[in-house]
Amino acid sequence: MKILVAVKRVIDYNVKVRVKADQSDVDLANVKMALNPFCEIAVEEAVRLKEQGIADEVVVVSIGPKAVQEQLRTALALGADRAIQVETEELPDSLAVAKLLKGVVEKEQPQLVILGKQAIDSDNNQTGQMLGALTGMPQGTFASKVDMADGSVNVTREVDGGLQTVKLNLPAIVTTDLRLNEPRYASLPNIMKAKRKPLDVTTPDELGVAVTRTVKLLKVEAPAERSAGVKVADVAELVEKLKNEAKVL
Amino acid sequence: MSILVIAEHDNKELSPATLKTLAAAQAIGGDIDVLVAGEGCQAVAEAAAKAAGVSKVRVADNAAYGHFLAENLGSLVAELGKAYSHILAAATTTGKNFMPRTAALLDVAQISDIIAVESADTFKRPIYAGNAIATVQSEDAIKVITVRATAFDAVAADGGNASIEAVEQVISNDVAAFVGEELAQSERPDLTAARVVISGGRGMQNGENFQLLEKVADKLGAAVGASRAAVDAGFVPNDMQVGQTGKIVAPELYIAVGISGAIQHLAGMKDSKVIVAINKDEEAPIFQVADYGLVADLFDVLPELEQQL
Repeated sequence: MKILVAVKRVIDYNVKVRVKADQSDVDLANVKMALNPFCEIAVEEAVRLKEQGIADEVVVVSIGPKAVQEQLRTALALGADRAIQVETEELPDSLAVAKLLKGVVEKEQPQLVILGKQAIDSDNNQTGQMLGALTGMPQGTFASKVDMADGSVNVTREVDGGLQTVKLNLPAIVTTDLRLNEPRYASLPNIMKAKRKPLDVTTPDELGVAVTRTVKLLKVEAPAERSAGVKVADVAELVEKLKNEAKVL
Repeated sequence: MSILVIAEHDNKELSPATLKTLAAAQAIGGDIDVLVAGEGCQAVAEAAAKAAGVSKVRVADNAAYGHFLAENLGSLVAELGKAYSHILAAATTTGKNFMPRTAALLDVAQISDIIAVESADTFKRPIYAGNAIATVQSEDAIKVITVRATAFDAVAADGGNASIEAVEQVISNDVAAFVGEELAQSERPDLTAARVVISGGRGMQNGENFQLLEKVADKLGAAVGASRAAVDAGFVPNDMQVGQTGKIVAPELYIAVGISGAIQHLAGMKDSKVIVAINKDEEAPIFQVADYGLVADLFDVLPELEQQL
């Protein structure tokens, strides 16, 4: 079985972003970039399925400028077999990404597509579901457990009230939640090996997809600042202030 | 303009998140219809018909919609939604699951988790874990939107008198099926709707110690939340997680106990009206957003707090 994993290059999760002075966007110049944490979990899950003998090939794909090759190499070092970069100047929106991924799915014919549930930059939580709609595949979103069976997959999903399990016929789409697994670290020998693994570059044109954007970013602002309040000396003072000053008790 | 709001419910009761989504719909302006899709959900439809500002309730009552599978619900909403200018749902796990499917079927973008309506085509939404607020304008003919419930005040649950009509359309699929669910049982108020939330982090040390929080919560009528560290360490189940990838809360009072205040946690609670931090590390980032901070050992503070309330 072949598994396709989509990965995204995003700002490192520990970095506190700054909004540009002209409010056109956030400032990403000279900021540390990394593999989106949810995508890392997706790669790990695919590699584990390969180690269990369930999958025989793991293909990773990323969309964006040449810099995304860095994240594809990371995924290869974690255990993916080969990589595809869909070269675009800018990062397309979720719908365009889903259309491009559909093109890759049609070419590669994977039995399982694994994506992160959301990218920590745009916080959209859309791409996996949109790919499901475009390909007609069923979806197991926010997965915390993936059990492969013959011809189907049982996905345990994190929902607001607890957990829900769905059974999906293959080919299917899974989006990862944080609790699905603990991603491994790439060892130095594996990082070296990853440099020799195949990385193909394709374009939206070759996939027959026109990248358009219907949602315009008008402005990006810093959120209202919350300033530090006061320190209280003990519990009695805290309760007194909550009752009389903040009036929330 | 005509707006379709998809009701959030458990087949028995209408969720408060729907009343807040209706408030966002009213801010856009236009006729508002509500779709109640589910199984045995007539009571929900009747509740929706009483909500303020609703013109018409459409009920799709069929086993195909009983568990809100995205494959069925997403397609149904795309079918019905063609007649509307806006389709809105709450940004709950249900809304997040089926709405992007609806958007892609309609070949339009989705605008996720809006916190404000600027005009009928312009909205504000948080990005980068809430560290930036984007204003976006949609050129799509149909705007598909999920709404951050905590950012809007609920419309009145009574006083409306909408008509109820049945939707006969049944969309099912043969590729995805519901197997089972394990829902957390709790007597406490729902985390996302509670007036007071008390949360514990890694500092709680283990799951048993969460009883200390629960005792205080009982005195306050509060919901109990947790940081990712507490969930990952197995202290409490994940549906209690507050943060960028968990639940977003904005209660009147949020009490963070033994939580350092990482970016990802703050994303889920920094719009709370009053924030209290209890932590023995006075350098903890949580103190930078707390209105009231108490630098002390939580194991001393919690029993004392329970006593004094």
